[in-house]
Amino acid sequence: MLNKHIKNSDINFITNNPLKERDPMSRCRPWTTAAWLALFSVSLFGCAAGPAPQPTATNSETATAKNAQSNAGETQNETATNPRVHEFRLDNGMKVLVKQDTRAPVVVSQVWYKAGSSYEQNGTTGVAHVLEHMMFKGTDKYGPNEFSRIISENGGSENAFTGQDYTAYFQQLEKSRLPIAMELEADRMANLNLSAEEFAKEIQVVMEERRMRTDDKPQSKAYEMFTATAYTNSPYSHPIIGWMNDLQNMTVEDAQKWYNDWYAPNNATLVVVGDVDPQQVLTLAREHYGKIPPGKVPAIKPQQEVEQNGIRRIVVKEPAQLPYLLMGYKVPVVKTAENDWEPYALEMLAHVLDGSDSSRFNKELIRGKAMAASIGAGYDLFSRMDELFLFDATPAQGYTVDDMEKEIRAQIERLKMELVTDQELERIKNQVVASKIYEQDSIFYQAMQMGTLETVGLDWRLMDDFVERFRAVTAEQVRQVAQKYLVDERLTVAVLDPQPINPKSIASNHGGAPHAH
Amino acid sequence: MRTKLILLFGLFIVSPSLLAGVNIQHWTTDNGARVYFVAAPELPMVDLQIIFDAGAARDKDKAGTAVLTNGLLAEGAGDLNANQISERFDELGARFGYDAQRDMANLTLRSLSDDKVLNPALDTMALVLSQPTFPKEAFERERKRMLIGLEQRKQSPGALADEAFYKAVFKSHPYAVMPSGYEDTVGSLTLDDLKAFYKHYYVASNAVIAIVGDLDRSEAEQVAATIVAQLPQGTPAEKLPDVANLNDQEIIKLDHPSTQTHILLGQPGMKRGDPDYYALYVGNHILGGSGLVARLSNEIREKRGLAYSSYSYFLPMRKDGPFQIGLQTRNDQAEEALSVVRETLKTFIENGPTAEEINASIKNITGGFPLRISSNKKILGYIGMIGFYDLPLDYLDTFNEKIQAVSAADIQDAFKRRVNPDTMVTILVGQQ
Repeated sequence: MLNKHIKNSDINFITNNPLKERDPMSRCRPWTTAAWLALFSVSLFGCAAGPAPQPTATNSETATAKNAQSNAGETQNETATNPRVHEFRLDNGMKVLVKQDTRAPVVVSQVWYKAGSSYEQNGTTGVAHVLEHMMFKGTDKYGPNEFSRIISENGGSENAFTGQDYTAYFQQLEKSRLPIAMELEADRMANLNLSAEEFAKEIQVVMEERRMRTDDKPQSKAYEMFTATAYTNSPYSHPIIGWMNDLQNMTVEDAQKWYNDWYAPNNATLVVVGDVDPQQVLTLAREHYGKIPPGKVPAIKPQQEVEQNGIRRIVVKEPAQLPYLLMGYKVPVVKTAENDWEPYALEMLAHVLDGSDSSRFNKELIRGKAMAASIGAGYDLFSRMDELFLFDATPAQGYTVDDMEKEIRAQIERLKMELVTDQELERIKNQVVASKIYEQDSIFYQAMQMGTLETVGLDWRLMDDFVERFRAVTAEQVRQVAQKYLVDERLTVAVLDPQPINPKSIASNHGGAPHAH
Repeated sequence: MRTKLILLFGLFIVSPSLLAGVNIQHWTTDNGARVYFVAAPELPMVDLQIIFDAGAARDKDKAGTAVLTNGLLAEGAGDLNANQISERFDELGARFGYDAQRDMANLTLRSLSDDKVLNPALDTMALVLSQPTFPKEAFERERKRMLIGLEQRKQSPGALADEAFYKAVFKSHPYAVMPSGYEDTVGSLTLDDLKAFYKHYYVASNAVIAIVGDLDRSEAEQVAATIVAQLPQGTPAEKLPDVANLNDQEIIKLDHPSTQTHILLGQPGMKRGDPDYYALYVGNHILGGSGLVARLSNEIREKRGLAYSSYSYFLPMRKDGPFQIGLQTRNDQAEEALSVVRETLKTFIENGPTAEEINASIKNITGGFPLRISSNKKILGYIGMIGFYDLPLDYLDTFNEKIQAVSAADIQDAFKRRVNPDTMVTILVGQQ
């Protein structure tokens, strides 16, 4: 589905589509955001099945059974496909989520901070991600890059990622090495050493990253401009990596302020999944994170997006070979929806159009009319603030972006007029249920789900509720959300207008005429 | 290529009993397909991959054939059209996938292990594999989509560098080809080309089947038999020629209106089962294969802030795959970055790694073993590779000691013999 790859068209996600730009560098440190949003959205094709857990208050450092059963009952209830999540809270306010998965003697440890690019102020956009880089630059105890060296010597892999709603750090290790990761991660939560010298080098690295991810990728450039146009006052309007001018003028003090504001145990969630004993994880967490005093975390303003009241259109001219269309409608998400079924209906709508080989876009526009070389629809229902329901398309030979817009609009109109068939709904629901099993194959993915939900201000239990709620969506509800939200008043359209790539042809072509496709 | 992702191998030293977890069973189907199976009863699901020696290295002068053939299989099979095929998989919640690179052409299936799901999913996959109809309309459409993909390549400095790199390193060898082809070759492909390619290469004796999942041996045998039942035995693909060493240094600069210059350096590297595999593998881990703690990253990124990503890798293939060093940096820093890379490489080859470096790398490779086999999907990748490249079944069992046996002298010797900075290809794409 599309959302993910337009957000970062350079993510190395699996696709048979020849048109999606790929980035072979995904192993380098700051994986963007949407790599994980991508993962997560794929996950929307499935979150845990099994009995719905009961919510329980967790205001002490005690394990709180989530299944509202006796301990013995819980043990019995645990199966490979339905492992229990243990939730704790340390005295300093840090939340700890542990999921036991004994399939392999490994563990993934992630620390999530409620501090992403949507928490940033104008003028210092990108600082969340810059700080993420600086977190590898040493503490009072460990020198620059020592963190990575120690994890590596212990056979581990590690990285970090920044999104609109979070910054997260993770290590994957053989299970006995978990204390090492915890010690290091807790150390840099409290004792980061931000030097001007290291900052001066690292900000250059981040600018190179921006050039690679965005500036030299026409579709990414178009997406950036598109987002900045669609949102008026929502902090989702600026790119996660930040505007280049803000990066050029960023100082180590900006990074220090960010660290001081947001990096505190009471603003963090530790997620551990693997072959571990939850009580031992709690003991370790107390030992390492428990001694860090809570911080004063700033209150954030709602910054609720103003009403749009009319279509917005932009053209982005970039050296490129192919035209490209982006359309986005402002929609609520689980966190903001007045009617809690609506985001699930929108998610279902996205699956009707895109997401598998039998969805309508593939059937009717890639095959069928063969008008689109690539076309997608997508939506992230687990964000902190209102989102865009996105469409993107590259026309096939002989067609234009106007044709793409007409076809997408026709598909939307049909969703407003006709009910989605039972067969389509059934097919999508079956896929989601199966995905719930498949995702158990990755402990990293399971940790991602819990961390994301917790950090955007939802509840990790939604991971288990998702299938239930998604399966409850009716054809009539899909029609209703189409009628209510996929309307011009909420729409922004961006077109990438390709300019000649060859510098010689620029010289000889004064008009800069776009390539016709 | 995906195979790059399964470069890292090591044996876990803390808990050898773990190896029981990767108990590979191997047999051959009646019609000659080689099967590799690992039972994984923990989750009620099955992962399956069938790999044909039918990658783009078989394209000859018709670049794009392997990819397009592979991509058209599910466009129509038996009496089913593309929509019906996709519906069959989707309504079962099964995930069918395909791809082709230089060595391999793959079909993959992930399904629940419940018979009521698995059996129809397998039947559909077997149909796609053995009775594709290659509809003309799908052929024309997918060929046009490939051409659009080639347009996209022109707007990506990284993709342009990649294309130039393979061409310069492999010259007349089949590995020089871009699997997605070129305008003239894709433009002139015919349906008959694809049908002939399919008939020649998609045969049982040219196939390796990897299965990981909630099955016992007899069920896995049934699965493998079902998948290839209707394929003719055929013959294994002909041997590929050896890759020639480069004789001269070559520097290629391509103009592109990007803010960064993409730099690639390299030469033919090594193959799967190479006698120098372990020494080159550990050596590269130190040089540029261990992310932020590698020498290249340290010199380029940590010390100088010149690039976000800098790396080196060997991509072992059936024959010598590439050895590649890469980075991207602001155009005006390209020369500086390039000279740091050259100096780093030269120093490494001349002086070899330090004892500390080699110790740290071996610890990482061996200590990280459990992570590499921690999911069905990862295990599937390993056994598929072991099967496809005819590696011994005890490859994993012996890997640990082989990694640990590598010395600084071995690495220096292997790099001196196998990596030559004086006859490398250098590609720069950007605004010079």
